[in-house]
Amino acid sequence: MGNVLSVRQLSKHFILHILGGKVIAGCEEIGFDLKQGEFLGLTGPSGAGKSTVLKCIYRTYLPTSGQMLYTGKDGRQIDLACAPEREMIRLRRREIGYVSQFLKVMPRVPAVDVLAGELRQKGWEMERARQRAREFLKIMDINQALWDAYPSTFSGGEQQRINLARTLITEPRLLLLDEPTASLDIVTRQIVIRVLKDSKAAGATMIGVFHDLDVMGRLVDRVFGIEAGRSSTQCSPPQVATDLTPVPGHYYDSASVECGAGASTDRRGSGRIASREDTL
Amino acid sequence: MAATGEAVLDVRGLTRLYGAGCPDCLVLTGPDAGTNICPQCHAIVACNNISFDLEQGEILGIVGESGSGKSTLLRCICFDEEATAGECYFAAFGTGRDDAFSQTGQARRYIRNHLLGIVYQNPLMGIKPHFTAGGNVAEKLLTADVYNVSLIRQRAATLLQRTEVPLARMDDFPANFSGGMQQRVQIAKALANNPPVLLLDEVSTGLDVSVQARVLDLIKEIQRDLGIAMIVVSHDLGVIRLLADRTGVMQHGQVIEFGLTDQILEDPQHRYTQLLVHSML
Ligand SMILES: Nc1ncnc2c1ncn2[C@@H]1O[C@H](COP(=O)(O)OP(=O)(O)OP(=O)(O)O)[C@@H](O)[C@H]1O
Ligand SMILES: Nc1ncnc2c1ncn2[C@@H]1O[C@H](COP(=O)(O)OP(=O)(O)OP(=O)(O)O)[C@@H](O)[C@H]1O
Ligand SMILES: [Mg+2]
Ligand SMILES: [Mg+2]
Ligand SMILES: [Zn+2]
Repeated sequence: MGNVLSVRQLSKHFILHILGGKVIAGCEEIGFDLKQGEFLGLTGPSGAGKSTVLKCIYRTYLPTSGQMLYTGKDGRQIDLACAPEREMIRLRRREIGYVSQFLKVMPRVPAVDVLAGELRQKGWEMERARQRAREFLKIMDINQALWDAYPSTFSGGEQQRINLARTLITEPRLLLLDEPTASLDIVTRQIVIRVLKDSKAAGATMIGVFHDLDVMGRLVDRVFGIEAGRSSTQCSPPQVATDLTPVPGHYYDSASVECGAGASTDRRGSGRIASREDTL
Repeated sequence: MAATGEAVLDVRGLTRLYGAGCPDCLVLTGPDAGTNICPQCHAIVACNNISFDLEQGEILGIVGESGSGKSTLLRCICFDEEATAGECYFAAFGTGRDDAFSQTGQARRYIRNHLLGIVYQNPLMGIKPHFTAGGNVAEKLLTADVYNVSLIRQRAATLLQRTEVPLARMDDFPANFSGGMQQRVQIAKALANNPPVLLLDEVSTGLDVSVQARVLDLIKEIQRDLGIAMIVVSHDLGVIRLLADRTGVMQHGQVIEFGLTDQILEDPQHRYTQLLVHSML
């Protein structure tokens, strides 16, 4: 199966004019390939550039240089780094989903309509969209009493599940997840893991940032480490889950990551990462 | 309804000067010059060579500081003002490549009455406070050549219902309505002719926060249900964030940056946009 996404030499620098033209490096020469149905975990210390990479792919950030070749459902290849805005809007509606850590919704829109609205954008008829939205709220284990309430009043964990649900309900082909389980308790985290596994089973290709290594180990096929904007390590997740996690659920310090022999190579600073073909 | 790939409106090089102007007005004004007033001839360059297009169902946001030319842009498109230069094409007018700006009065009236809806910041600019709410909608339908009285009444009721104006108030005068309700009557009226393009100038400014939220919901709903393309002008980035797919930023008569709305907000490229975004945080 071909690659859904090939990221090549992706760099993002922020030029802050209001700070006298100060340049901040977001990420440097990041490269990886993603095959259809693969789940890649991004790790690295705070400020390493993980969110920057996701936001470049979604084009919330305009990449400074590099390519992000995306192969669409129709087989066409598009460089997301320079795709016209309208093309990005179309891809966002139909193929590429992004889940941020925090919910941003219209005020005074009930939860069921937040979800249904996403389907309406895709042309679904109102009642069918609402029906599907209710099914999804149930899958996400959102208390039925809240379905017609406004998510802006929800707890952090409920908001996060709404946030994930509104993206998953559209069944994106490529899913970008920035800490989707960060504010969840153990039970709801289980639910999210199950739902993400279902998406994967349904063929979705995913990239996720997780601070919880236990969660990551249960979901991803491969791990890609970033440090100070650059790729640092690549390895497969059993090591992450077993060798590298002193206490599950602790923040991950990528400085301590050493991939075992044969599992991967340390490419810190090399700037380019060849995709590893071996997966779990 | 999502954008379909067909441009319903295409604006090329729209320019509007106040004053006689000289050959150098356009180059002597703008963000780099720090002014929209020509130092040579003192003409005001309200809009300076603005181009963009709009697809069916798309919402384009326009932000910018006071005096940057946002309202003038909309007013030129709906012929409230005469553009000094530039072209403007409506897919639904003529062959689709007939410049609206070079048309005469009758064709302009056709475009305005049939192809455009306009919602002004001040509801009283768009509605007549001493016509009933229903009468205001009816007026717009009449200009769009709908003459059947029972049809007009029915359509007015549907539109007012959709914009959440209680039917019981249909025969009341908007002069006695709250600002939020006046604004909803204005939106109902703007939608009466089912226009492919809706222009909204600071629609929620001046309304209290919860009323504002309902007006914004309504606009989003109209986009989804009716597939109407919109230009939403606001100096409030929060409004733009909620409504617009793409956003243009204006300063001193020019568009300095166009982009996906989230990109404009999270990764602004231009110095002025960075200032604008940071002053919001
Ligand atoms: N919009 C922005 N403007 C300016 N600098 C930014 C912006 N976004 C990110 N950065 C900078 O880019 C670098 C990488 O940030 P990023 O948010 O990608 O890190 P991260 O790996 O996601 O960290 P965390 O684990 O804390 O979320 C940081 O130095 C950050 O300050
Ligand atoms: N009729 C007029 N005669 C002369 N100058 C005008 C006229 N209308 C607008 N202008 C000038 O054109 C410029 C653009 O005005 P415009 O109303 O389009 O700004 P705006 O971006 O809508 O501002 P605001 O956010 O305050 O509504 C301003 O400098 C304004 O003073
Ligand atoms: Mg981050
Ligand atoms: Mg104005
Ligand atoms: Zn001049």
